Amino acid sequence: MLDLQGYGPRLIEGAGVTISLALLSLILAIVLGLLTASAKMSRSWLLHKLATLYTTVIRGVPDLVLMMLLFFGGQMALNVATDALYDRFGVDWYINLNAFAAGVITIGFIFGAYMGETFRGAFLAVDGGQIEAGKAYGMSDWLVFRRIRFPLMMRHALPGLSNNWMVLLKTTALVSVIGLSDMVRVAAEASRATHEPFTFLLPVAAIYLLIASVSEWLFARLQKRYNVGFGGH
Amino acid sequence: MKKLLTISILGAAMVAGTAQARDYDHVRFGVDVPYEPMEYRTPDGELTGFDIDLGNALCEEIGITCEWIVQEWDGIIPGLMSRNYDAIMSSMTINDERRQTVLFSDPYFTPPSAWFAPADSELEDATEESLDGKTIGVQRGTLQDNFATDMFGSVASVSRYSTADDMVLDMEAGRLDILFLDYPVGKSTLLDSESRDYKVVGEMLTEPKEYFGDGFGIAFRQRDEALAERFNEALATLQDDGTYDEIYERYFSDDE
Amino acid sequence: MELTTWFTDLLDGNLIFTPQTLGYYWDGLVTTSQLVFLSLLAGLVLAVPLAIGRSSRHRWISLPIYAYTYVFRGTPLLIQLYIIYYGVVFVDGIQESIFWPLLREAFFPALIAFTLNTAAYTTEIFRGAIKATARGEIEAARAYGMSNALMMRRIVLPSAFRRALPAYGNEVIFMLHASAIASVVTLMDLTGAARFVYARFYAPFEAFLFVAAIYLCLTFAILYFFRFLEKRLLAHLRPA
Repeated sequence: MLDLQGYGPRLIEGAGVTISLALLSLILAIVLGLLTASAKMSRSWLLHKLATLYTTVIRGVPDLVLMMLLFFGGQMALNVATDALYDRFGVDWYINLNAFAAGVITIGFIFGAYMGETFRGAFLAVDGGQIEAGKAYGMSDWLVFRRIRFPLMMRHALPGLSNNWMVLLKTTALVSVIGLSDMVRVAAEASRATHEPFTFLLPVAAIYLLIASVSEWLFARLQKRYNVGFGGH
Repeated sequence: MKKLLTISILGAAMVAGTAQARDYDHVRFGVDVPYEPMEYRTPDGELTGFDIDLGNALCEEIGITCEWIVQEWDGIIPGLMSRNYDAIMSSMTINDERRQTVLFSDPYFTPPSAWFAPADSELEDATEESLDGKTIGVQRGTLQDNFATDMFGSVASVSRYSTADDMVLDMEAGRLDILFLDYPVGKSTLLDSESRDYKVVGEMLTEPKEYFGDGFGIAFRQRDEALAERFNEALATLQDDGTYDEIYERYFSDDE
Repeated sequence: MELTTWFTDLLDGNLIFTPQTLGYYWDGLVTTSQLVFLSLLAGLVLAVPLAIGRSSRHRWISLPIYAYTYVFRGTPLLIQLYIIYYGVVFVDGIQESIFWPLLREAFFPALIAFTLNTAAYTTEIFRGAIKATARGEIEAARAYGMSNALMMRRIVLPSAFRRALPAYGNEVIFMLHASAIASVVTLMDLTGAARFVYARFYAPFEAFLFVAAIYLCLTFAILYFFRFLEKRLLAHLRPA
């Protein structure tokens, strides 16, 4: 059997960090993505420009650089703000951004831009006639969104969504560089201490493959569900 | 709308502090590991080392509780500023550059910096001629990084590492010609290691002060003067009653 | 002349962007460009035969290639880099071999990791493009009595390359961004320079915003280069 030299429990903990980090950032990315897609399709000039700026800049800069900027710089910006609060008003109120929260926010923020593009394409692909039909039935805007627009959109968005998720999952490895103890960091630390890189890095690579395979299977099932009613192959 | 959302998510990660200059009954220390023997982890994850033991003893003397928060070196001062912890006790050298940002306690330890190379290396001293074309390993953002970069950056290549462990591994792999680090750390991780023989190259350095500063101190936020004062008093007490020497012996006894 | 005085004036009194740190950024730009360009080139050379093999009907050819692309596309590049960087040291006899002077530097282990990674993605891009070749083109080539090899060279590959162009452009940008992790194995690439400046001056905004702007410019340059290529090479596919 694999001898993890006492690092086993920390590796499992690290895997937990990786998975929860990935899932939480996915949720944040989807929410930001939906907002961005709506902003891009809105009639407001300002919203449109803001959303375009966001997706262009985020997609033009490496994840690691954004992560360091938001993690190190974000903290410093918060300090300036809360220090001013203290000096002016004597309020010792502060924001304590831990590495995990910073990781979720950063990855969610980055992938929100990619999700925005995915959702926009998917919304545009929805047949307008169906929405008009919904309105003709006297459905409210919200009901049209929930019952017609969203499910139809998801059918087009799923391939892109699945792709983004796979990339996001691998991006979580970068948080190890800014100091969060995910499974990559634990494995790297253990490799250095024991001088046995393969013992720790290969199992971690295998866990990533496992998560990727399980997600692929799940997305295939979801796709089947949202394809219902579109005849098929 | 997007902004609103970001703010409310930030809110989930917020901890509001109590009002006014604080009377600490619990102090959180930021520490960068591994930096043997000053601070490092046992395989099951427990923190140990000279700084850890001395820090705990200081807290006990003051009558407060303390906890240790691991933070990588290049984010350690920003982490203090953003109140991720209340003090840094992590082999941090007191120097003027850092004094502009943080408040230091009295020095509690004054080690020199030293050059280390494999025992069979032809390097006998560290000068511009001897280091020409060599690869120097340092930890990113340390005073050794600043010194090596400014003095030898133009003739040698300086490899910067996030942790001391990375650096030692690459030394053992033969990727580096020479390392520059705090002497006790080099002694513990290189001279005392069994995998390969190492030697100290040239003089140990404590000058110029502009780079090498005034020894290790505990760093606080500028406004926590009262807290720093309590630590200074406790440090003096421990140095008088022999506790300091006892901890020192635990990690730096030469007669092994 | 005026420009240089303006420039030195600008740098005067600026504690962070000194000639020294700007030199680091410049060296970083050179390292990043070399790393990305060389790994893309080597990856491309590897990917063409791999993509042909991956499209083969013989499972003993296509399956191993699929396993390779699956593993390299399913795991983070950072792990691949760690395994190669720390792993090569433990290959028996490597430190005495003629390759050691190369592998000793961080550059070559990083180059190997990046090349294997981009080759895996590029293989799948090409495979998709080869698979999408119009049946009629193949039948026409067969009717002319072309051999498989000739058909591959004259008919399938040229049209597959064109179809692959947009996806490959994305891969190039992806590699540029992925190369930022080279700094974790001590390489002073663009991100490495930024981390140095940050650690020395505790100035995250200056250090990282500056480098982000450089990456943004590089990304746009690549983007426009591929748009230009597409215009030239895919002109016949545009709606009239």
